[in-house]
Amino acid sequence: MNSITLTIDGKSVEARSGETILDAARSLGIDVPTLCHHKDLLPHGSCRLCLVELKQGARSQLVASCGYYVKNGLTVETDSPRVQRARKLVLEILFASLHENTDIQRYARRYGVSRSRYKRSLEYCVLCGLCVRYCQEVKKADCIGFVGRGVHREVAWIPLSRYDDTCKKCMDCQAICPTGVFPSNWGMASPAVES
Amino acid sequence: MTDDGASAFALVDKIINRYGGERGTLIQILLDVQKENRWLSGESLEHIAERLHVPLPRVYEIATFYKAFSLTERGRHLVTVCLGTACHVRGAPTLLDRISRKLGVKSGGTSSDGRFTLLTVNCMGCCALGPVIAIDESYFSNPSNSDFDRILGQYK
Ligand code: SF4
Ligand code: SF4
Ligand code: FES
Ligand code: FES
Repeated sequence: MNSITLTIDGKSVEARSGETILDAARSLGIDVPTLCHHKDLLPHGSCRLCLVELKQGARSQLVASCGYYVKNGLTVETDSPRVQRARKLVLEILFASLHENTDIQRYARRYGVSRSRYKRSLEYCVLCGLCVRYCQEVKKADCIGFVGRGVHREVAWIPLSRYDDTCKKCMDCQAICPTGVFPSNWGMASPAVES
Repeated sequence: MTDDGASAFALVDKIINRYGGERGTLIQILLDVQKENRWLSGESLEHIAERLHVPLPRVYEIATFYKAFSLTERGRHLVTVCLGTACHVRGAPTLLDRISRKLGVKSGGTSSDGRFTLLTVNCMGCCALGPVIAIDESYFSNPSNSDFDRILGQYK
């Protein structure tokens, strides 16, 4: 009853309701690149690396496959020219701050991105939200959150004392951070909230 | 401090109760507290988080995202200078300068008597009046120094 049929890259695939296009594509062995996606966490849709093209007759749109749930009769292209163009741009942007991340390097190679128009910097944070969501959904500790918006957006301990009383003993989200430095980069963030 | 003591939390509590203590009304509660107190103190945010059983980081995410919220104490009246493109070319920077000197504060600051907080925005939607300022909900087109003194006098 719950089975849904859709077409991905010309192949018909069965999926369960509640699965995302990304899940369905991966079940076919298609390697859709992702950054902010994590199997234990709810979709966030912030990195746009997983974009795929949804075809509806003559119309088509790009959607984030990690957060788009399967529907009967969807026609999806995971590597069309339009997807490739969009993904290249996203990779170029990410590559500027994540050129030492092995996954990003691998995808960059695949899409022929070897340098970025954007200024290279090893920022500690690309705002993927993995640490925040991990702490919230898996660890259930709620030590950190995003503060601010736009270029001022950053991850902060709320309140600041959470770092000392909880994170120091945990450090779990360090493995999940694509830049690998959070939360051990104590002092790099300028925490917005004093306790 | 508006938020010290039981009376200020009484206000926050009253607002929370008005919405039945529902989690989904967090933004509405923050807006109302902002309106009544003119800012959101750390203590009131903590109190709201506790009462709604929402983790504190989630409350701060919202409170720091929207421009409608202020996490620093504000004066009794808001003086807003438009720095939008139209006002900018019509001399808004000099106007801001004059006003900032009059009030003795930079943008974002609050005058020492606690009467005014100076803010800037990008376009208020009445460019033909530019350069334009607003005090609370009233708009003034390019006030001269003496206009401005007279206008300020109307606000206690
Ligand atoms: S600190 Fe790391 S995991 Fe957290 S949002 Fe930034 S890049 Fe992502
Ligand atoms: S280190 Fe801190 S922020 Fe990270 S998961 Fe642990 S408690 Fe949460
Ligand atoms: S993996 Fe889908 S938007 Fe980041
Ligand atoms: S630019 Fe000032 S009102 Fe539009």
